[in-house]
Amino acid sequence: MTDRKRTTRKPPTRAARPKTASKDQAERHAQRLLDFYREMLFIRRFEERAARGYTQALIGGYCHLNLGEEATVVGLMSVLQPTDYLFTNYREHGYAISRGIDPKRIMAELYGRVDGVSKGWGGSMHMFDTAHRMLGGYGIVGGQLPLATGAALAIDYRSGDEIVMCTMGDGTTNIGAFHESLNIAALWNLPIVYVIINNRLGMGTSVERSSAEPELYKRGAAYRMESARVDGLDPVAVAAAAQTAVEVARAGRPFLLEVVCERLRGHSVVDPAKYRTPEEVASLKEHDPVHTLAARLIAEGIADEQTLLTLDQEVLANIEEINTFAEASPFPDEGTLFDYNYASPVPNDSRRLPGQSLFDNNPSSGADQ
Amino acid sequence: MTLMSYRQALHDTLRSEMLRDENVFLIGEEIGVFEGSYKITAGLLEEFGEKRVRDTPIAEEGFTGAAIGAAMLGLRPVVEIMTINFSLLAIDQIVNHAAKIYGMFGGQAKVPMVIRTPGGGGQQLGATHSQNIELYYAFVPGLKVVAPSTPADAKALLIAAIRDDDPVIFLENLALYNTKGEVPDHDTPAVIGQAAVTREGHHLTLIGYSRMAHVAKKIADQLADHEGLDIEVIDLRSLRPLDRQTIVESVKKTHAAVILEDDWLTYGIGAEVAASISDGAFDYLDAPVRRVAMAEVPMPYSKSLESAALPSENDVIQAIYQTLDAIGHRRTKTGPHD
Repeated sequence: MTDRKRTTRKPPTRAARPKTASKDQAERHAQRLLDFYREMLFIRRFEERAARGYTQALIGGYCHLNLGEEATVVGLMSVLQPTDYLFTNYREHGYAISRGIDPKRIMAELYGRVDGVSKGWGGSMHMFDTAHRMLGGYGIVGGQLPLATGAALAIDYRSGDEIVMCTMGDGTTNIGAFHESLNIAALWNLPIVYVIINNRLGMGTSVERSSAEPELYKRGAAYRMESARVDGLDPVAVAAAAQTAVEVARAGRPFLLEVVCERLRGHSVVDPAKYRTPEEVASLKEHDPVHTLAARLIAEGIADEQTLLTLDQEVLANIEEINTFAEASPFPDEGTLFDYNYASPVPNDSRRLPGQSLFDNNPSSGADQ
Repeated sequence: MTLMSYRQALHDTLRSEMLRDENVFLIGEEIGVFEGSYKITAGLLEEFGEKRVRDTPIAEEGFTGAAIGAAMLGLRPVVEIMTINFSLLAIDQIVNHAAKIYGMFGGQAKVPMVIRTPGGGGQQLGATHSQNIELYYAFVPGLKVVAPSTPADAKALLIAAIRDDDPVIFLENLALYNTKGEVPDHDTPAVIGQAAVTREGHHLTLIGYSRMAHVAKKIADQLADHEGLDIEVIDLRSLRPLDRQTIVESVKKTHAAVILEDDWLTYGIGAEVAASISDGAFDYLDAPVRRVAMAEVPMPYSKSLESAALPSENDVIQAIYQTLDAIGHRRTKTGPHD
């Protein structure tokens, strides 16, 4: 059935015939859903590979995954221009991928290698790429909000037409920096979209247990800031809502967008999420955005199961190539330890290694002088 | 050279740097309409407008962080935090962000910004408004911390800080704003990371920064005039990086040191200076390194208690004499040191 539908929708001679507006629209819709799906699937498989890399002890530190957030990620990123800026938090691998950064460099960063986006200095939580205007990757909850607000201030200062998108988790809305930043942005009419990624849990604490106003988008009202809430499991809905938000920002007013999605696993790779009930876990599986979109593609006759299976195999093969690259990339040389002490070099900057003494007159050689 | 106050030197330098580079802008509480709590920014709103002299809500974390973000995009914000006590509200942005961004992202983003903020006690402002907590920032790699004690250094270090591509904490002091001195007319930046020997001598080395460098010079001059003592004075000027070489070279020459600081003694800036002397000049010392620092209490309001808590000029003179006595004591036991 799905094959037949697909054939009637896409006759082989369609390019030679004049297209009707509705056909055009249907094709664009189909292509868009497929593009979203491909990207979401890629993020899904990338994150699963990262989780494996973590359990293999190839990835250290903390590792927070975008599993369940894929539709939100691709929907949000689809509306940004290359010149727009993104500030995000520590659950950002998918955003880096969707922003267009080479996934090999993202995996290499997870592995702490020289080819990593942050040259092995940042790790999972601190992905940064100037060329793609992804300005971090921040590990401190709420830390990115004042920074993003300042980036919007710089755009406004120079009368630029870029905007800033600043994403955060639901727990961040209770941090002082959230309120200080939204107030400043509204007061100064800054071109910024604040996006609350509401996956209902700040680590193990639910929104209801942490937020006196659990409908988080309503907090915009305190700053007379336009705000909206959207279903984060549907990439088309996310993109539409984000488009509106971005247009408001480009017109010089901040916007607060709440995207409600799921977190399929624990807070980080090592969290078994025992605080979740079996019913919750079952519901999560039912609402898995990647599976939901696959079902939709099939139901709408845009793709069949075999096509999706082939796509998955391609993605998995690609992920293995990425992984091979990351594993082969060298660790940063120890001699580069002080390369980023300061952007403007100054005298007496310490380059002492832990076991070295300060001065030459001591048994081991001095490091600073 | 022009004779002017420390306050005037700061004001004039902000103005001339804003004229020089349109990426330089000022941001902080009450700096525009109110003209600054200590009037450093008087008249600048009128001259440069709201875009470049930006009054903020009372939101230290928010506006300091916004300045960091603006700096990441290439602007050169000069933040005024009304007093260093209030910088604690912004410490996450300063320590976890401004100090980290350049290194943490592998050198991809610079943070060319200045945070001007005064410390200082002695004004009966009580426990929360009289602290000297520059140590909190001097401790952190990625930051630069400078502490000028004279109007000339206020100018030269502020120029250097504004033109520097790293976040610089620029420590001022309430007691210094009205002090006067000769200021060069040219716009030559100081070198951040270098101490200055502000008086040469050989009896002992007196070390201070900010207000205490001013006090050190004054006392050394007095003791030279009245007692014939020849004391070397070091003004640290930069707390990070710390110019250990200048300190150690001086102590190798004088064989004794007294360190002056307005902060608390335990774990304070002076502790690091003393440890550096121990590392670099241990064999040259003729007396224990002495520190004169604030008493370890929250600053009391009452004048009598406040005065008792703060280092006085007499405390400094006593510490100098006791150190000289200690040298004499050692000399009688071990023979004269050449």
